[in-house]
Amino acid sequence: MNLRIGAGAAWWGDRISPAALNAAEGNLDYLCFETMAEATVSAAQVRARRDPSFQGYDTYFDDRMHAVLPACIKRGTRIISNQGWINPIGAATRAKALLAEHGAPAWKVAAVTGSVISLERLHELGATLMETGGPIGSIPGEIVSAEAYLGAEPIVEALKAGAHIVITGRVADPSIFLAPMMHDFCWSASDAARLGQGSGIGHLMECGAQVTGGYFADPGYKDVPEPWNLGFPIAEVEADGSAVITKVAGTGGAVNRQTILEQMFYEVHDPANYITPDVVVDFTSAIIEESGLNRVRVSGIGGKRRTDTLKVSIGAQEGFIGEDMFFYAGPGALERAKLAETILRERFKIINLKAEDLRIDFLGVNAIHGALSPAPIAPPYEVAVRVAARTKTRADAEKIGREVDAMAVSGVGHTGKRVPHADRVREVIGIWSALVPRSALTPQIRFV
Amino acid sequence: MHVPLRAIAHTRSGDKGDISNIVVVAYEADFHAPLTAQLTPARVKTHFKGVVTGAVERYDVARLGVLNFVLHGALGGGVSRSLCLDNYGKALGAAMLSIEIEIPDDWAPRLRGPSTASA
Repeated sequence: MNLRIGAGAAWWGDRISPAALNAAEGNLDYLCFETMAEATVSAAQVRARRDPSFQGYDTYFDDRMHAVLPACIKRGTRIISNQGWINPIGAATRAKALLAEHGAPAWKVAAVTGSVISLERLHELGATLMETGGPIGSIPGEIVSAEAYLGAEPIVEALKAGAHIVITGRVADPSIFLAPMMHDFCWSASDAARLGQGSGIGHLMECGAQVTGGYFADPGYKDVPEPWNLGFPIAEVEADGSAVITKVAGTGGAVNRQTILEQMFYEVHDPANYITPDVVVDFTSAIIEESGLNRVRVSGIGGKRRTDTLKVSIGAQEGFIGEDMFFYAGPGALERAKLAETILRERFKIINLKAEDLRIDFLGVNAIHGALSPAPIAPPYEVAVRVAARTKTRADAEKIGREVDAMAVSGVGHTGKRVPHADRVREVIGIWSALVPRSALTPQIRFV
Repeated sequence: MHVPLRAIAHTRSGDKGDISNIVVVAYEADFHAPLTAQLTPARVKTHFKGVVTGAVERYDVARLGVLNFVLHGALGGGVSRSLCLDNYGKALGAAMLSIEIEIPDDWAPRLRGPSTASA
């Protein structure tokens, strides 16, 4: 009897309807949501300070739960989700209310907390930064967040205690998918072989559609059927952790050797030593077999004993980025864009812009690959000028947008402008990493 | 003959801090050997000059037909600090596709995409 685990989200902004489809038609034992990026916690902390109405958890929490709860309740599909961000208890409490609305008030909801670590504790531990080797005190700017990536164990504990829905804060992405395997197959936390294989499958699942044909299509080279209708992945996991990756029949996209391989190495550095809180995964021994249309069996992924440390992610306010753009088209578009660049650079001198870094790009020419971009073979018909600067102060960052405003009437002929243009300034939260002993963190389970 | 890497392999980039990794996957098992021989870390570092400021490491997983490149200092100081419009470097993997690789002439019928031979 295999375990059916479906993906419900790969990031905060992900599409919601494929999660609903997985819940309705995936015949799932578990539906897992991954909604956090590296800077999610820091951004949430900054927002929470300023916006008292911010709940501190996934802003699409209600939308996602409303979309999947009816089918999950009907099928008995349990939900594991890191939508708790900086307030897992708040999200769990909300889930409980939504369950009542959907006619399942008896469903049990657990929050996993305890990933946050205090600055005092980090200093006490003498933690050093992985980026520079320097002490925590060497981080420039105000530290706004510090949290460890927890592993699967507290989620397993919540499942053992009968949770139907487990909401976490920061946990490692593969752990969200590993936890149900550990629970249902009774794997020990020290069983590196199975945990390695299971975490490898979790890694394939954590980015959702990126393994089912998303972030993949390249016309004429890698074609994907119905890319407007991608299904999110489902893993049919066997007791040894090997699994078939597939998707709901009738959805667009593709699961094949190529999609599996691209995702297997996504955000991986040393493929023989992919470190998670639960185990060190070795992808180099993986066996990938296409076993049917949109069905790929993945086995042979290795595992080595977990490390003695957990990774802590630290967010610090470093300043601001001001950014805006305007555009040209028709004959001479590139020449007008170049004159506009000259005007802006002179203006920045005149107004004494204090920028740590300044970048003026031409979209359509060199904005994405920068220095790697070859010179245009023919004059581009359209060029957008994008200007961005990183500054210490918000006031300096705001000057970028103000100078772009002026280009409308005081700039070059045929300047197109973009209005409305809110959010031209954003805060820079630098992310730093450090390792701390496992004993420094005490994950807790709380039923609401 | 020489072909762009795109004719024999596909790529994907991923981000972590100021590091971008780009996996290069050979379309067919024997396409991996010329990639291993010619797509050296030094060549990749040169190709990405002006964008990648740090070291380039390479992991060769021949049994899967994979080369995994780890590009340090590739994301403008890190995703949140980068002034690049594509601050996650999600499109960076495509920059690898234009690197020219020498392959045996008789592989021509097996190449991906429209006729790609350039020499």
